[in-house]
Order: sequence, then C-alpha cells, then structure tokens
Amino acid sequence: MRKFEHDFTVVGNTRLNLRHFVLELLAPMPLPEIRPGQFVQALVLNSPATFLRRPFSIHFADYERNTLSLLIQVKGEGSRHLGLLKPGDSLNLVYPLGNSFSDPSNGNVLLVGGGAGVAPLMFMGDYLNRKNIRPDFLVGFRSADEVSQIDEYSKYGKVFLSTDDGSMGEKGFVTQHSVFDQSPLPYDRIYCCGPDAMMHAIARLAATKKTACEVSLENFMACGYGVCLCCITPTDQGNERVCVEGPVFDTTKLKW
Amino acid sequence: MADLSVNIAGIDFKNPVSTASGCFGYGEEFRDFYDLGLLGGIFVKAVTGSNRDGNKYPRMAETASGMLNSVGLQNKGVDHFCKHIYPKIKDFDTQIIVNVSGSTIAEYVEVASRINELDSIPAIELNISCPNVKEGGMAFGVVPSTATEVTRAVRDVYKKVLMVKLSPNVTSITDMAKAVVDGGADVLTLINTLLGMAVNAETQRPVISTVTGGLSGPAIKPVALRMVWQVFKAVKVPIVGLGGIMNATDAIEFILAGSSVIQVGTANFIDPMVAPKIVEGINEYLDRHNIASVRDIIGALKVS
Repeated sequence: MRKFEHDFTVVGNTRLNLRHFVLELLAPMPLPEIRPGQFVQALVLNSPATFLRRPFSIHFADYERNTLSLLIQVKGEGSRHLGLLKPGDSLNLVYPLGNSFSDPSNGNVLLVGGGAGVAPLMFMGDYLNRKNIRPDFLVGFRSADEVSQIDEYSKYGKVFLSTDDGSMGEKGFVTQHSVFDQSPLPYDRIYCCGPDAMMHAIARLAATKKTACEVSLENFMACGYGVCLCCITPTDQGNERVCVEGPVFDTTKLKW
Repeated sequence: MADLSVNIAGIDFKNPVSTASGCFGYGEEFRDFYDLGLLGGIFVKAVTGSNRDGNKYPRMAETASGMLNSVGLQNKGVDHFCKHIYPKIKDFDTQIIVNVSGSTIAEYVEVASRINELDSIPAIELNISCPNVKEGGMAFGVVPSTATEVTRAVRDVYKKVLMVKLSPNVTSITDMAKAVVDGGADVLTLINTLLGMAVNAETQRPVISTVTGGLSGPAIKPVALRMVWQVFKAVKVPIVGLGGIMNATDAIEFILAGSSVIQVGTANFIDPMVAPKIVEGINEYLDRHNIASVRDIIGALKVS
C-alpha cells in the first residue's frame, strides 16, 4: 500500500486532562484510505533528546475535514513537545502504517481500551457504525479525573467504564468489570488496545471464554515501515514485525 | 545538472547514493514511498547460511543523536533469499548488492558461493563487523589475520566484486583495511556500528536484551569520517563510506574524505524519503560549486 511523508497542519490541540491531549491535523492532500488500527510516525522537532519518530495510532480520520486526529499521552520529551503545538504549526507524519483490526463477522463486538490505549477505538467505532454495527465499549482509566470522551464513544455504541480507584464507573481494572461475568460472553470478537499487562489479561480472559480476540501492540520501534526489525514480537510464524505484520494481532498467534 | 555517476571496481552507479544493509530491508518496503531507480544502489539486509530469529526484544534504544540496535542478523537464510527474495528484487533499476554474514568461515563461503550464482547481483559486501551476534560477525573483523583469512576464503569462491565491511571497534582501522585488501577485497565499506550500551537508571537494567549493541546515527559521524580519511590515504581500493549520514552535506563530507559511494543507514528510519533527497542535494551542491562531476571531489579534501 502506498505510504506518504507529509507536513500536516495543526488545526486543534485539545487537552483532555493533565496527561492526555488530542491533536487534529489537516492533511496537505486528500487522505488516502486509512483503516482503524493503523498508525503514523510523527517527527518531533526542536527536541534534542528525540532522535527517532514517535508512533501514534490513529484516533480518528475525518475525510470531510481531511484531518487525522492523534490521542497522545505525555510520557517523555517527545510527547511533551507535541503537546506544545498550536494551530498553524506543522507536524511531519509518515502514514498510514501497519495493518488494521479485522472486520467482524457479525455485530457482537466489544472494544476494550485502557489509558491512551483507547486511541484507535474511536476510529474503530465510527468504522463499525458505517457497517451498521454498534459495538460495546469497555474503557478503563486510572481515576475520574482522567475519564474523557465518554459522550463521543456513546455516539457509536454502549459504554462500560471502570477506574482503578473506583472514582467513576466500576472499581478495578477493565478485566475485573462485570461485563466479563456473563457466561457465555455475548461477543464474538474482542478488540483491545492498552498497556501490555492489560492486553495480556484480556487475551487470557478471551481464551477462557472462547472468544476471538485481537490486540494492538505498542512495541518500541525505529522506522515503522518494516526495515529496522527492532519492534518484533514472537508469533507462531517466528519473530514478526509489529509495524508491518501488526500492530494488530490475533492473540492465538502471539507467543508473547 | 552535474554528472553524478561513479564506477567502482567496474560497477556503474548512476549516482553515489546507496542504502546501508539492515536499514533498507530488501528495498521492497521503500517502493511504497518512491521509485528505487532514483538510487545508485541498495545493499540488502544480511544473508546467513540458515534461518536466524535474531535477538530477543527489546533490540533498540534511542540515544543522544543516534540509536543502539541489537537485531542480530534476523533473516530466513540464503536458500530462502535465492528462491523467494531474489526474484522479486533482481529487476530493480539500481545496483543490488548482498550483505553476507556467518558464524564460521565455512558459512561465509557457503553463502558467498550461492550468491555468486545470481546474475543480477554484481557484488557482495562481506559483513565481518556485526557486533550483535555471539559467534562470527565482528569476531572476524577485529583481528587482522582472521580478517585476511575469511576474506581470502570467500575470494576463492566469489568471482565478482568483493566488498568487505569493516568494524570501527579496532585499534587501527588502516591495519584492518590492509589486511582485507591482502585477502583479496576489491572495495572497502566503512564503518559498521560502534559497540555501545544503554542503561535505564530507573529500572537499573540495560535497555536492550543483549546489554550491548551497535551505535549508529549522527553521533558516530566524526568517527566514521576520520576512519574513511585514514583508510583512503592507506589503501588504493575504492571506499563505500557510511556512518551518520543524514543529508546531502554529510554525504559530500564523506565523498571529500575519500568515499566513492556513500550509504544512508539510520536516516532511512527517520525520513523514508531521505536517500532521493540526498541525490538531489549532491547535484545542487555540485552545480553551486561549478563542479562538473561528483568524481572530481572524491578524496579532494583540502588539508593544506
């Protein structure tokens, strides 16, 4: 698939809470087809400690506005610099990268996300709605002050919420949410993105419930397009590249 | 438009810009970005005798103006290369050179003799400088007598142009250069990565699984330039220079220091379009300085 390296123009930088923000970026030419689960590599300028690009999954692709949105968590120097971008600034992206979530065979779908890992779920929700599927969302945050965008998710499907400290929604990790008490699970497929420990736990849960599960991995990478071989994960096919064969993997293939 | 063509050891490069092994896959990945015919050459990912899974994740650490890697020569082996990869890349409109590696002299010889049969590959680049494998790799490239021995063994079976890629992790780069030329090398590539290490103070652990790895990127450019210049003065064979080239100015610096061809490595990870941009930039530089041919500035560093 054709890939591009372009300067985008920042048209919005919205703080969601202390640690998270959403950049909306206007493309310099009509967006190519982009699928949920794919990511971009962003070039951080004026940050000497940031030599490599930073990968971010695509939070939303708005073809009418010709924009891509990225949901970013402030973690280090690179993300801190990106948080300072203002409308009119430019941001160089390499895109669209990686594979995507598979199409579900029917409408019983659960999208699970935690922290900044919720990023691709909004785009997936929109994509599924266009296929006349209303998914359920299960989103987890550390505490109420990090809970955000619930109204937006609600446009695309039913939302279950948990917080680690119980300050909003159910208390505990997403894996402890009562939605998983149902047996059998009313879902044919779970799509999950979040911290590694969360994805492992969801994958185990899906296996015991005999439910298909896909996770979007977030390994350290240099290039993002399959040539440096740094972001590999062991699978039943040997070491595969998270940036090309992934980031989305069927959990039965992973030997992580 | 200046004349960008160069010829080394009988191989015509339409321009001096090529891409470094391990930083460009087999070229195919970059066809999603641009026409590979814009490049002088592509040095494809190292090929070994049999399948290698490479090292465990994490294999990479970002460092000041560079990165450490310890991929460990992950590839599916020479048989897979000849049957499945070569047919897909042999008609690219650029010079395709295969990087050859191994754990033993016998493995280097086996891979080289298989690649010798491939009509569209005009040269191999013998990798005696990979710092990320337990056996072989750099071990062959840090002792002059061993370097001569492996080069000579491959020279006996490989009938086309033999390039040898040198390690910077040596006391005397010129002794190593002379040693492999004695063994029959036609061209020298330098430098491979510098052995380095990254530590995470918070976890008190090494950042990469192998503890040490190969440092690349602009951090190593001054070391690479120095070695290219020293080797250029010490031996007569052409030099393929690399080490931290990020733009056309860097490339010109390597050519002035004695490189006939340059390789772009780590920069491909940051800007997938960088190599064709460097081709354009070299042309612009030559026009601006009223220099007719890039050949006029190879090793033309003014030191007095």
